[in-house]
Amino acid sequence: MADLDCGDIEQLLNLTESFAEVSERPIPKVPALRGKTIAWLFYEDSTRTRLSFETAAKRLSADTMNFSVSSSSVKKGESLRDTVQTISAMGVDGIVVRHSGAGAPQRIAEWTDASIVNAGDGWHQHPTQSLLDLYTATRHLGSLDGRRIAIVGDIKHSRVARSNAIGFAKMGAEVTFVAPQTLLPANIEGWPAKVTHDLDEVIEDIDICYLLRMQLERQNQAVVPTLREFHEEYGLTTARADRLRRDALIMHPGPMNRGVEISGEVADRPNAVITEQVTNGIAVRMAVLYLLLGSGLDLVDERTQVA
Amino acid sequence: MAHEILERNHGSAELMIIGMQTGGVGLAHRLADDIREIEDREVLVGSLDATMHRDDFGLRPVMPEASTEIPGDPTDKVIVLVDDVLYTGRTVRAALDAIHSYGRPKAIQLAVMVDRGHRELPIRPDYVGKNLPTRRDELVDVNDEGVDLGEVIS
Repeated sequence: MADLDCGDIEQLLNLTESFAEVSERPIPKVPALRGKTIAWLFYEDSTRTRLSFETAAKRLSADTMNFSVSSSSVKKGESLRDTVQTISAMGVDGIVVRHSGAGAPQRIAEWTDASIVNAGDGWHQHPTQSLLDLYTATRHLGSLDGRRIAIVGDIKHSRVARSNAIGFAKMGAEVTFVAPQTLLPANIEGWPAKVTHDLDEVIEDIDICYLLRMQLERQNQAVVPTLREFHEEYGLTTARADRLRRDALIMHPGPMNRGVEISGEVADRPNAVITEQVTNGIAVRMAVLYLLLGSGLDLVDERTQVA
Repeated sequence: MAHEILERNHGSAELMIIGMQTGGVGLAHRLADDIREIEDREVLVGSLDATMHRDDFGLRPVMPEASTEIPGDPTDKVIVLVDDVLYTGRTVRAALDAIHSYGRPKAIQLAVMVDRGHRELPIRPDYVGKNLPTRRDELVDVNDEGVDLGEVIS
């Protein structure tokens, strides 16, 4: 996300518009990436991101291969580098990587000529999630310049928060992190975001309330006293949602914990665009794959670095 | 040309006029306006960007930029594809492909302002504004005032 400028992002979002139209056709498939092969290399579990990428690739007529880490040579002790080189020796054009190590996709890009798309690396970045959020937000709000977004919840463990802080800030929005001290990164300086511990303080002014998933599996680290208390303090409760501006959007990258970061009733309100984010994710990922593999544009090099 | 189209299709009941992005869209709307005036009834008009169906992907940078709007289901309609200049026919081939992902039209016809020759595919226009023999290294520019013929300066 960091290497893209505002113009690149706008170009990508415009391109997304064309692909969103493809998805609405009776036969939602174009031959744009016919003959291209894309491999999934997922070192971390992911169902939604992978399905979304897979749908995107298939709508562009690309062939896809799934490299399942749990049942493969990785179990036999093959290194990441060897795995990547083996896959690229098979002649794939692109590799979509999800890895628990921050920066892994950049390393991989150095080892292969194939284009690399980052589908999330550790706590670091999740660029396509951020792009789909930007796309969803611009569709509802128009220009994001001067808009206010609050990113609420587990900032510390969230790559989505990092990517979105950069992405929204680049588009001119004012980003605020809302979280208890225990859920903020140790060093928040340098992030293009303000910080507050009080959601009630900002709730009435924001255009977007972006909730992060409370990573329940990390509960044993005692980052919050109880989930109920977290919900009361930092969750989007019904009472808080009522105080939002009428046109404010409620966003969430999924999967939601209803009753923790968001109340079950609020998640189904008309200004909660959470399922729309999922739909837009396919179009955004089509645009990214197309740019990297199909267009022959120079942006390819940049994206390989970025992604 | 509007009269020609109506004559051949016995009226405008089944017509759908589709302009090819970007040169054909304005022309499609003008044709549709004329048909509307002659027939005194609405006629479906839309636009199509066939970039993603092209066969020269990867050979040169191509970006879908313009919007595609197909006004309704093309099944059992007569589609009139409209473009400004017909050259190799490859764009038309891409457009034929694209239309079939929306439905199965009764027929597809092709209307172009200028046919400049040099076809590389077995495609011929049904309605031609002007046949204009050209060399491959010439440029043809169709605008509201007329047709310009220029040289490629390299």
